[in-house]
Amino acid sequence: MPLFAQITNLLAALFLLVAFAMLAQRRIVHLINLYALQGGILALSIVAVGYGTHQESLYLSAALNGLLKVIVIPLILYRLVRRLGLAWNRENLLRVPTLLLVGLVLNIFAFDVALPIAHLAGTINRDTFGIALASVLLSLLMMIVRTTALTQVLGFLSLENGLIFAATSVTYGMPMMVELGIALDVIVGVFILGVFFFHIREEFDSLDLHRFDRHEE
Amino acid sequence: MTSRALILQCLQCALVFAGAPLLAGWVEQCRAWFGNRHGAGPLQPYRVLRKLWRKELVVAHAASWVFRTAPYLLVAAMIIAGSIVPLLAPIVPLAPAADAIALVGVFAFARMVSALAAMDIGTGFGSMGARREMLIGFLAEPALLMVLFTPALISHSTSLAVIVRQLTTTRLFLYPSMAFAASAYVMVLLAENARIPVDNPDTHLELTMIHGALHLEYAGRHLALMEWAGAIKLATYMAIGIALFLPWGMSATGSASGIALATGLLAVKMTAAGTALAAIETLLAKLRLFRVPEFLGTAFMVAVLGILVHFLLGT
Repeated sequence: MPLFAQITNLLAALFLLVAFAMLAQRRIVHLINLYALQGGILALSIVAVGYGTHQESLYLSAALNGLLKVIVIPLILYRLVRRLGLAWNRENLLRVPTLLLVGLVLNIFAFDVALPIAHLAGTINRDTFGIALASVLLSLLMMIVRTTALTQVLGFLSLENGLIFAATSVTYGMPMMVELGIALDVIVGVFILGVFFFHIREEFDSLDLHRFDRHEE
Repeated sequence: MTSRALILQCLQCALVFAGAPLLAGWVEQCRAWFGNRHGAGPLQPYRVLRKLWRKELVVAHAASWVFRTAPYLLVAAMIIAGSIVPLLAPIVPLAPAADAIALVGVFAFARMVSALAAMDIGTGFGSMGARREMLIGFLAEPALLMVLFTPALISHSTSLAVIVRQLTTTRLFLYPSMAFAASAYVMVLLAENARIPVDNPDTHLELTMIHGALHLEYAGRHLALMEWAGAIKLATYMAIGIALFLPWGMSATGSASGIALATGLLAVKMTAAGTALAAIETLLAKLRLFRVPEFLGTAFMVAVLGILVHFLLGT
């Protein structure tokens, strides 16, 4: 196996590890750091695939992803956290060992489902599709178990990372127009959700979504 | 079995038995340096052992034979474990006697002996320490087995000697699954050897002790043997880690020059591993006891991920 393929596999494994770490991380600030790390790993693995297949367009995609997910979105999120006063906030109602076991089961499921799909693809890094699918499922799990709005948004953003990773592993990335569109959507989404956080907090005095249920009167 | 292999086995036993306190002393010295203290030097454990050896042996009235034989059994189990692991060359005669899973069994036997001995006197702290030790062992053991399965899958054998031979002879290859297994192994090592995120090795407060509470009733040469067994356990765990994840430099044939080179490299690796251990202990804070299942659950998860990734990527 050539060296860049080994590096792609290693980066894919790290990508999965970060997805698990995000599932189990309690502190919001560390969660944002992990998100930036995941974005960085994603950009590096796109570069590795681009190098292995000599496709220059993938470098552009990697640069776009790196800029957006390592610098711009984390900075916006840090600013939001600071202005909302959540810097040292942590979610204590997380049962981490149970979550990790559920995550492992999801992982086995994803690897099993991905195997026939990956065989249809003709890419050099098709084996990593299982990892992409697993990290998508882990992000969904994270959105389900988290209780505050900000951490759910982080789950959503990590889901989008997983989708880009899946696209890279099955078809060497999406067409440039689609990728630019997604990037724009994500950044606009983060801005709009940032505004929403303030509205939610004004209305309910908290970002905890469980309070929505009790707000019927 | 050649005479050379026999000599090598004796050399390894002696090295593990005599060198283990030096490693423990080196870790303590590094911790002192990282904490801006002078430290007592890496030879301090030998002085402590000599002092304890000369002291009068005091045994509680309620002690039975379990209490008296436990230190000897512990040291014997640790020396057996230390002589199974390939340290300098994967040709030692005892290596085929037990594979990685049997090695885990030897450690489990040692844990059972020390827990029984701690409960034998019937004091509160001893039985509390024994229960905590069993809790940690019960959580760490599955993680350790999962860690050992990844290299076993790669080399198609659970024998440590075969794993080492496979990994040293094949070309250097980036195994993502081995990276997972290595990080899980470090976590298991910290838990099993009562190091900082799980247990504080130099606490004097009985309520926070885990490992220390097991030794609380021992004195004199019994205590010296228990401390010695702890040092050998740490050295053996590091030797397993080196054999699984950094085996390069071991002598394949056991020639004199190869052994000399392997000994030098082993000293370098052990020094580096001890320094890294001290750095981890300095950087982390001790976890609450009820966070330990989380810590070891993470180790288990990472180890299982290693196996899954091995199956997915097929490398």
